[in-house]
Amino acid sequence: MKQVHRLSALPVLLGLLALSGCGGGSSASNTASQNSLAGGGNNIVAMTVMPGPASNQPFNQPYVTVKICLPGSATCSPVSDILVDTGSYGLRVMASALSAAGVNLPATPDPNPLAPGNTIQECLPFADGYAWGRVSLASVTVGGETTDGSVPIQVIDDSPSPMPAAPSGCAVGTALNSVDALGAKGILGVGVFTSDCGSYCAETPTPDKEIYYSCPASGNCSTVSQAVTDQVSNPVAYFPTDNNGVVLQLPSISSNGAPTAAGYLVFGIGTEANNGLGNATVLTANASGNFTTSFNGQSLPDSFIDSGSNALFFNDPSLAGDECHSNQFYCPPATTQLSATNQGGNGVTSNISFSIINVDKIGNNYALDDVAGPAPVISGFSSGYFDWGLPFFYGRTIYFALDGVEAGGTMGPYYAY
Amino acid sequence: MNRRLMRTLPSTALLAALLSCNLLMSGPAHAALGGTVDSISTDSSALRGQLRSTGFVDYDVHQITSGPMVVNEYTTRAGQVFAITWHGPVPPDLQQLLGTYFPRFQSAAAAAHQNNPGLHRVFTLAQPDLVIRSAGHLRAFGGIAYLPALVPSDLAIDQLQ
Repeated sequence: MKQVHRLSALPVLLGLLALSGCGGGSSASNTASQNSLAGGGNNIVAMTVMPGPASNQPFNQPYVTVKICLPGSATCSPVSDILVDTGSYGLRVMASALSAAGVNLPATPDPNPLAPGNTIQECLPFADGYAWGRVSLASVTVGGETTDGSVPIQVIDDSPSPMPAAPSGCAVGTALNSVDALGAKGILGVGVFTSDCGSYCAETPTPDKEIYYSCPASGNCSTVSQAVTDQVSNPVAYFPTDNNGVVLQLPSISSNGAPTAAGYLVFGIGTEANNGLGNATVLTANASGNFTTSFNGQSLPDSFIDSGSNALFFNDPSLAGDECHSNQFYCPPATTQLSATNQGGNGVTSNISFSIINVDKIGNNYALDDVAGPAPVISGFSSGYFDWGLPFFYGRTIYFALDGVEAGGTMGPYYAY
Repeated sequence: MNRRLMRTLPSTALLAALLSCNLLMSGPAHAALGGTVDSISTDSSALRGQLRSTGFVDYDVHQITSGPMVVNEYTTRAGQVFAITWHGPVPPDLQQLLGTYFPRFQSAAAAAHQNNPGLHRVFTLAQPDLVIRSAGHLRAFGGIAYLPALVPSDLAIDQLQ
C-alpha cells in the first residue's frame, strides 16, 4: 500500500525544490515518499528491521548505526544495532560497545559543590524493567547529521557487576543491562520531546523520583533533580539543522511477515526537499506525548505511536483467553480484523483498520505488521493505553514533531501519518 | 451514631493523626498493598503530596497527589489496602507500594523477559490472588495492582473511581 502525498502548499514547496536542485520521483517529490528517500541524503539514514545482536532475538526491532565521539575529539566509535525508539527521548548505549572501540566517556560530575567527586547516573524505567548507567556528554552523529557540540547520553553499565550498583528504588523489574536483555546495543530515543524526563525531574526536592542520581566514588547513590538541559536528551534537537523532528518509513510487507524490512529514518520535518508533511494527518499530542485512541467502545487517552514496541498493544475483551507467552501477546485462532480511531488534541481524527494474527505462526520472520498483545486498562484514572507499536509503521510514513518547535507549519509535539 | 460511621471513624482519625505527624517529617505516606492503614510507612522518601480521602459504601479511596504524580489507595471497611492505582510522569516506588507482593512482581517481570527480551512498555501479571498491570513510557506511566480476594463483592474493579 504505497501512499502518495499530494502537495498542499505547492508554490512554496516548488520554490524549495528549485533551490535544492532536487527533482525526480513522483510529482509529490517534496514529501517523504518512498521514491525520494531512496535517493539518499544528508538527513536520511538506513533503518533496518532484521535479526539483531541478542542470543534470543525479538522480532520487529528497527536498527540504525550511530557514531559516538568523545566531545571535541576524533576518538569515535560507530555502534550498529541501535534501536530506533519513538517512545523515548535520548541516546543510550551499552558501555561495552563503546569500550570495545576505545571510546571512554567520563561520567558527568555532580555540579553540587557539596558533593565533590560525585557523578550523575540515570535509572531509565520501563513497564517491567530498567536500564542503569552513567550520564555522559558525547558528540553524536547519525547519517550526515552531527550534534552541535555535545549532548547528554546514557551509558548503560553492562558489566557483570555494575559499579555503582543500581539502587533498590531503581531496581524494579528486570535489568536491561546487556545486549541480550535489551535486544540491541543501545536505544536512539527520537520521540516528541527533547529532554527525557522534563520539568518533573528538574524540580526540587526529589522524593520518589528514582530517575537521576548523584553517586559517590563508593557508597550509596541518592536521588537528585537534574536540570532539563542536563538530562539525557534527544540528539535530533542538537543537530544544527533538520532538528525539529524525525520521520520513520518502512515498506509494506506481506501479512505473513518478511525476514527483514529496509526502511529509513529521516531528520527534520519540512526542512528539506525530502521531508515535507504533504497531506499527512496531524494529531497533536499532550504534555505526556500521548493522544486518544477510541477502540472497542473504550476511550484510551494515554495512546502513543512507538517504534520501540514490537507489537500493537491494546486491551480487547473479545480476545480474552487468547493471551499467550505470559500474557505478552495475543494468539487468536484466526486472523482478526479490527479498527480504531485516533484523535489528536487538535480534534483531528483518523480511522485505522488493522489485522492481528497468531504470534506463534510467524516462523522465521522478523518483520511483522500484524502482531499484537494485551495492554492494561487502568481504572481509577479513566486511563488506558493503545500502544501503536512497529506493526503500525509498515507501509506508512510517520512524522514525530518535537515539543515546542514548529514543524511543517504546526507546533509540536505531534504525530502525523 | 450509626454503625458505619463508628467503623470508619478510627481509621480516619488514625490517618488524620498520621497526616499531621507526617507534615513534620516528609509529608503524607502510604500503605502497601495488602497492608492496613496501621502499617503506613514513614519512609523519608515518601511522596510529598496532598492526601485526600473519600468514603464510598464499601471502601475508601486515599488519593496522594504530588504535582502530576497521583497514587490512589483503596481500603476495605476494615482498613486493608485491596487496590492501588497510579498515574504520573515516572513510575511510583513500586517496591514500597507492592510491599510483600514485590517479589512476585520481580519474578513475573523476569519470566516476561525470559521468553521475550527487549524493552517492554506494557506488563500484565494476572494470577488468582494478585493482579498487576503497568504500562507507559517516561512522562506517562500508569498502573493498577489489586488483590481479587479482598475486592468488595459488589465492586467492579475495572470501574474504580
